[in-house]
Amino acid sequence: MKNAAELSLSATLRPEKAKQSLNRKFRSAKRRRMAGQALWHAIMLLFAAAWLIPLMWMLRNAFLPKDASIGAGWSWDFTLDNFSRVWQGAPFGQYMWNTLLVTSGIFAVQIVTLTLAAYAFARVAFVGRQFVFMLFLVQIMVPSDVLIFSNYQIINELVLLDTKIGIMLPYFASAFGVFLLRQAFKQLPYELDEAARVEGCSSLGILLRIYMPLSRPVYLSFAIVSISFHWNDFLWPLIVTNSPENRLLTVGLAMFAKSTEAGAQWTDVSAATLIVTAPMLIGFLLFQRQFISSFMHSGIKG
Amino acid sequence: MNTRWNEKLRRNGFGWGLVLPSLLFLGMFTYYPMLKSAWLSLFEHNLAVRTPVFVGMDNYKALLHDPIFVEVFRNNIWFAVGTVPVSMALAFVMALFADKAIRGKGLVRIAFFYPNMIPMIAAASIWLFLYMPQFGLFARFASWFTGSEVNLLGNPDTVLGSLIVMTVWKEAGYFMIFYLAGLQQIPKDLYESASVDGIGVWTQQLRITIPLTMPTTLFVTVVAITNAFKWVDHLWMMTKGGPDHASSLLLYYIYETTFSFNDQGMAAAMTVVMIVLLLVISCFQFAGWERKIHYQ
Repeated sequence: MKNAAELSLSATLRPEKAKQSLNRKFRSAKRRRMAGQALWHAIMLLFAAAWLIPLMWMLRNAFLPKDASIGAGWSWDFTLDNFSRVWQGAPFGQYMWNTLLVTSGIFAVQIVTLTLAAYAFARVAFVGRQFVFMLFLVQIMVPSDVLIFSNYQIINELVLLDTKIGIMLPYFASAFGVFLLRQAFKQLPYELDEAARVEGCSSLGILLRIYMPLSRPVYLSFAIVSISFHWNDFLWPLIVTNSPENRLLTVGLAMFAKSTEAGAQWTDVSAATLIVTAPMLIGFLLFQRQFISSFMHSGIKG
Repeated sequence: MNTRWNEKLRRNGFGWGLVLPSLLFLGMFTYYPMLKSAWLSLFEHNLAVRTPVFVGMDNYKALLHDPIFVEVFRNNIWFAVGTVPVSMALAFVMALFADKAIRGKGLVRIAFFYPNMIPMIAAASIWLFLYMPQFGLFARFASWFTGSEVNLLGNPDTVLGSLIVMTVWKEAGYFMIFYLAGLQQIPKDLYESASVDGIGVWTQQLRITIPLTMPTTLFVTVVAITNAFKWVDHLWMMTKGGPDHASSLLLYYIYETTFSFNDQGMAAAMTVVMIVLLLVISCFQFAGWERKIHYQ
């Protein structure tokens, strides 16, 4: 009580001094906040650095001479031998071509099936729409990874084992993509439809000339998600293929890594890993913004 | 009257025609395999019994008594418990950091997100070396702690933990993206008025950020849990489920049962168990979606 009275008295008697102490308080609070910020930044930057360790480790080993990698110390030696050895040791060029073919093939067919189904769900009132829509939901919840065992049998019955079409077939329709696109189609104004119809445009013409061009960002998002998924997929292509002519990059890498003797040739495996990851990594570095925003996009609406 | 019927017929034909291509592929590779797994799970069909014998629920009973399946199931639960909360918490903190307008923001986002851009099989081959006894960076680090040589992937006690660490590294950046999206939807003036009222940064996160990113958290939880039951590539590369099944997970065990042991009945039964599990997990999201609509 006495203290408080004293304080208020001193404040009224010596306003200058009170102001100073208040200033000092503010300044120390600000300083404390800035110190906190700096600490927080330091911690997170350290985190980011830690996250880069595996990449750095791979890069270093990919360019390191074989014998230098076994030594415990740091070495500045640099070589490209690993890459030429790897390129000769396994047909990585063929694998890359296969992967390119499969991922783009899947995406090309997906565009067609997606667009048609999304338009039906967005704009055509047909009997059983709700029910079919629920059926589509099931595919999102039960991804094809879980069904590898039965899907393998189906591909086997179709005599499509060890073919590229066999790898692609289960992914020709994507319920997830249908949802994504349906949302985009629904947001387009009906007036566009009507105007086009007055001009004598058919439904498919409207779809082709109005809906598809206006939804280009959504197609781009889906392209990024679909292509990166299939570029990185492993277990299904592994099961379906068994000859090098049809092997994908991921499967080729796994085979290559398994065939090398443990430890001794890890510079080779690092170089191979770099070859496999480079296309996606470079794509990501170049189009970082698009990649991240399309993942955001697909996540929220998926 | 007639023309109305015609119009209706035409519209329905058009609608069904449009969904038919998708429905065909989904039917062939989702619905039919699901039903087929359910049907096959009622039969005994393996290397010993070449022609399938109807056994009813016996495969499921056998699963309950299969010590390996029980262990694999337990491993998978632990794998989920280990990866989901940690990667989500990290993702949240990463997003808070990457969301701020700071210098080097782009680099930080790249650092956190790039693991998601590389195939799991490639990540596994990198981490295999990081964990390799004597030479691997993390193995050396671990042996520096214990004072003796450590084989992180060769020891049943450490193998699952080692794989969890790698999975968190791979996934956290992916979930960060969703939190970034969630953070951007929070109106900035909420923070401004909170600051004016003298509310500290910590309290702001607790009272504003966390509640308003709840829908994101729900979505990410479901994705993270389902992922925990789907990851399998790394096992093929790093441990083959070993040592002694200590790191085996459900999907990998299904793969092994199908392609190594040729036991189709059991593989089908396990597939059904996984389908049910995933459907139950996803249902949480639908329950949550209802709530999300209320928020808006």
